[in-house]
Amino acid sequence: MVTHETTTHTTTGSRLKEKKKQEEKEGAHCRRVTDQSRDMARQMEDSHRRFLQTMMANGIVDEQSARTLYQYCCETHNTQHTPDKLDDFIETINSKLQPMFMQVRKGMSEDNGQQFYALVNMAETDVTRMSSDYADNELELFRKTMDLIVCSENGKASSTDILNSADTLTTKKLKKSETEHLLNRLVHDRWLNEKRGEYTLSTRCIIEMEPYIRSMYQDQVKVCHICRNIAFQCQICEKPTCGIKIHNPCVARYFKGRAEPRCPACDDFWPHEIPEVRRPRSQSKR
Amino acid sequence: MTQRKRLANTQSSSQNKRQSVPLASQEEDDDSTFPQPSSSQVQRGLERFTPAQVDQKTAEVVQFFLVRDQKKIPVRRADLVKHVLKDYRNIYPEIMKRAARTFDQVFGLKIVEIDSKNHMYILVNKLETAEAPPITSPTNPKTGLLFVVLSLIFMKGGAVRENLIWNTLKKLRVDAGEKHEEFGDVKKAITDEFVRQRYLEYVRIPHTEPVEFEFRWGQRAEVEVSKVKILEFMGELHDQDPQSWTQQFREAHSVSGSSQTAPSSR
Repeated sequence: MVTHETTTHTTTGSRLKEKKKQEEKEGAHCRRVTDQSRDMARQMEDSHRRFLQTMMANGIVDEQSARTLYQYCCETHNTQHTPDKLDDFIETINSKLQPMFMQVRKGMSEDNGQQFYALVNMAETDVTRMSSDYADNELELFRKTMDLIVCSENGKASSTDILNSADTLTTKKLKKSETEHLLNRLVHDRWLNEKRGEYTLSTRCIIEMEPYIRSMYQDQVKVCHICRNIAFQCQICEKPTCGIKIHNPCVARYFKGRAEPRCPACDDFWPHEIPEVRRPRSQSKR
Repeated sequence: MTQRKRLANTQSSSQNKRQSVPLASQEEDDDSTFPQPSSSQVQRGLERFTPAQVDQKTAEVVQFFLVRDQKKIPVRRADLVKHVLKDYRNIYPEIMKRAARTFDQVFGLKIVEIDSKNHMYILVNKLETAEAPPITSPTNPKTGLLFVVLSLIFMKGGAVRENLIWNTLKKLRVDAGEKHEEFGDVKKAITDEFVRQRYLEYVRIPHTEPVEFEFRWGQRAEVEVSKVKILEFMGELHDQDPQSWTQQFREAHSVSGSSQTAPSSR
């Protein structure tokens, strides 16, 4: 819209300039509104703080618990609660955590496909984030365990193999009993899971260490073809020229209900047993 | 002089009467390793670093506090300076001010000085303790036990001989000598853990032979636990009006007795 000011040089150029100025004004207004709403969305309140404190105390929570917690925090502090806006709520928290290299990140459990939220430390790009709780040689053993798991086909490391690597430590050696004790601690602190003498990386570990693992094991780490996240316990396409990997839970979801499962990349018959889709536990942890 | 006062006022919470010693005060500083920087030094110091560097250092201080606080270990100023601040020691008051603001705005926590001589700090919750949180923290199942002990001490006027604690717990079917299924080693929890965490003080009673000890509230309990709430809890337990304990009621509702946490937004 051009102003009714008449000038001697109402050339196309100046009219365009007028139009641009007007558009800019309108654009700026829109931007201000967006910025405002973005800023409003980004202000932390007590509901966010309570959520964050709970995350800090627990480290990792499953999605259902996170939703319940979100509702509880909002209700406790008389804040409006919109059930499907959990991720926005968390985004507000994350924007304020970022200067401290902390984030609440979401990840999937390789065991049951359930989604989890974990509070992670983004500062270190190494296992040194655990350094306040573990000695140097213990961290070295943890790294070796991770080596075994990453390079394995099934994403697991047997306790035998781990005990053997304890003999090759360059820092102070660990005795068998010390290694066993350490493994128990790692499981207790939720870095590893243990089942029938085999160890896997916990969901929290995968979420927290993902950047480290991606950079450290660039060539060896498996990536799920479906969800694009790093994968340890997964199925692999048997065709040698294909070889794509899919998380067990991703397999369950992707091939659900299909009579004849075929590789999404090369269309070869998918020879592995298709697991059942696991329903998440309805109860939050108590 | 006014500069320092301004820094001090932004640091200490107005409700926290206990923390009458502001962080950046000029009282005798026993830290011979760390002379308190003057405000002009702080100004000059700030000019040496970029805003990004100062932000980074603040973030490191915040992280340092959080890691310690997770284990409920107080933070010593000397450690902070030695391990985190290092070259930034001259702008220590400014960094602490920013860290406190971060704790307040992002975490709902407050830095409280519990020892003004040795300059030790803890993080205290500004949010009211949740009544029925949907997720119970795996790290602290002993809160109930602590609460009972604190209540007992408070109701008895502030100090209780340890035998009374053990006897009372026994009446509540918590035998300190045996391993409890929920609380584990009860004696260790009370005499060691809670004391280390500054919830309790375990003090020798003078002139006792054999030596006897008594329990008092620790500094963390003083700032974190609401005496008003304790009285309410007692009232429910004994089906009595909290006001019926006139002395305790008066203490709980006096300025120094009431909880130091900020009122909730409810």
